[in-house]
Amino acid sequence: MLFLLSLILFMLINIVPGGPLAGYGRTRRINPDKVEQLKRQFGLDKPMAVQYVVWLAGNDWMRVDADGDGVTESYGQRRGILRGDFGFSYRNRQPVIQEIRERLWNTIYLMSITLFVVALVAIPIGIISAIKQYSLFDFTATTLSFMGQAIPEFWLGMILLLVFYAWLDNPMTGDSLLPSGGMYTLGADPTIFDRVKHLILPVTMGMVGWVAWYSRFLRSSMLGVIHQDYIRTARAKGQKENIVMLKHALKNALIPLVTLFALDFPYIFTGSIYVELIFSWPGMGRLFYDSAVHRDYPVMMGILIISACLIIICNLAADVAYSYLDPRVRYD
Amino acid sequence: MDNITHANLVSASDIYPEQISMGRMVWRRFRRHRGAVLGAIILTIIIVSCLLAPLSPYDPEKSDLTSALQPPSWQHPFGTDPLGRDMLTRVLYGGRISLFVGFMVVIITLLIGIPMGAIAGFLGGWVDEVLMRVIDASLALPTLMILILLSAIMREIEIPFLQRNNVMTIAFVIGILSWMTIARLVRAIFLTLREMEYVSASRALGASDFRIIVSEILPNGFGPIIVAATLGIGWAIMEESGLSFLGFGIQPPTPSWGNLLNSAQEHLVKHPWLAIFPGLMIFFTIISVNYIGDGLRDALDPYKLLKQIDEV
Repeated sequence: MLFLLSLILFMLINIVPGGPLAGYGRTRRINPDKVEQLKRQFGLDKPMAVQYVVWLAGNDWMRVDADGDGVTESYGQRRGILRGDFGFSYRNRQPVIQEIRERLWNTIYLMSITLFVVALVAIPIGIISAIKQYSLFDFTATTLSFMGQAIPEFWLGMILLLVFYAWLDNPMTGDSLLPSGGMYTLGADPTIFDRVKHLILPVTMGMVGWVAWYSRFLRSSMLGVIHQDYIRTARAKGQKENIVMLKHALKNALIPLVTLFALDFPYIFTGSIYVELIFSWPGMGRLFYDSAVHRDYPVMMGILIISACLIIICNLAADVAYSYLDPRVRYD
Repeated sequence: MDNITHANLVSASDIYPEQISMGRMVWRRFRRHRGAVLGAIILTIIIVSCLLAPLSPYDPEKSDLTSALQPPSWQHPFGTDPLGRDMLTRVLYGGRISLFVGFMVVIITLLIGIPMGAIAGFLGGWVDEVLMRVIDASLALPTLMILILLSAIMREIEIPFLQRNNVMTIAFVIGILSWMTIARLVRAIFLTLREMEYVSASRALGASDFRIIVSEILPNGFGPIIVAATLGIGWAIMEESGLSFLGFGIQPPTPSWGNLLNSAQEHLVKHPWLAIFPGLMIFFTIISVNYIGDGLRDALDPYKLLKQIDEV
């Protein structure tokens, strides 16, 4: 699985202008006379399989032709993506891994808060609409959830900006009600209040689609559980309805949700492109977008590889969590 | 005696349920889903008005600076853009592109996904194993990022058969990256249906594998596939507009809902109508498609095959 994925990524890298060594070249337009020498220097004359191994594991354990004169004399410099060596950014010559590390935390900061709010909103909505199926609340929640799933995230962000930044003013100061972007006000002391103000719009924008999708999912999962025999048993024992619902039903209804969450988790990084772009949030998604605009392939590939790995790790985590929470499931 | 005469009065239609065709049955169940009917009406209106876009008195690409950036009025219901082009006309022309991409993507995913899923589900064994691994690995790719990367690459180098900024190219690339869900669904349908008695019966009669796949299993698994394809249209439209919004999809001056939003970004505060209408169109299209999908699920899949399949 990981192997297949790494092959796909390697193929992608090879169609990128510059090939797998894109991040190591000093100039992007190479003088044709030097092509042969550079090819030897960068190991592009080697068979594909060797190139793949070098890309993956680096070449500091084998002798390479560092100056391209046809003699292999010294050990290589590269450490391979498995050891976090993604090459250098075209734009500022920094190691890709360092660029990503600087931005990663900002994304995690924004996304963890978004997810927390999603859980806080979606779980109660899901429970109530399942318990009061076909009630007015359920009908409203269902309709809103259809709407939430159909709103393009980027458009929602623009509308939020329009309403809360451009149209609504703070009655006390006459400024905009909420800031248009960034993580905190530049130049001012970053207080908690200031940070929260900067979080409201991005979090709202990021959360709507997820809340719509998760509350809907929890509703159907709850409905599936409510009609099980053990719920009837719990009721027959004389257990209070609230406890039956929260302790017996919810616990079981959350199991598929946990799996779903683990599977969806990596998409917050992909999805963060829109949020971070619209609210100029200095995170990974924004970095990917900027790199794409400037054709900074090494950075793009680095982010892609990390995201793909995250997705696989989360897939595994989902399987593990599922078999832990639901002992009936066995993987061979 | 009384009883007998009474029995004679009972007409055939009371004894035998009314004979109705499959299509009629589906239509009846679909009609009961109010959201789906409303969605179908709205979607029809959107599609028809996009198709009729050439009837507009304005040109979608010719600029007229004398009437730049006018707010919505009777003359220009959606206002005009910075180059004085009528936004309603541009939104309708953009809709043609966005809807076309949506349908094209789904056709491509079906063309790849159905055979892949059918082969994996029907043959099983190592074929299934290999195909499933390929599907899993492809699913682990972050679609939006790959789309952006490919689009960036295509601006720099020529890839055979794929022309840059061609609507078909965009549809093709999105399709290539999204056939996996259909393939999985078809595989699950095949795993469920190949154990059915009518399949064994057909095999006992000497039908070939191909015949069983095409004329026994596929027609019976048709409902869920149609539902998934319908929902896929909405997904594809969303993906295309997102890509164009980021500036990596359909390029101006060809309008698409996404790139209309992209160019509206810098005018957002002063000229909000540029952003509001294209977004509303995306919203109404996708919500209609989703409701239609929901209605079709009730109509085409009364035994909740989709639900069972989720658990496979």
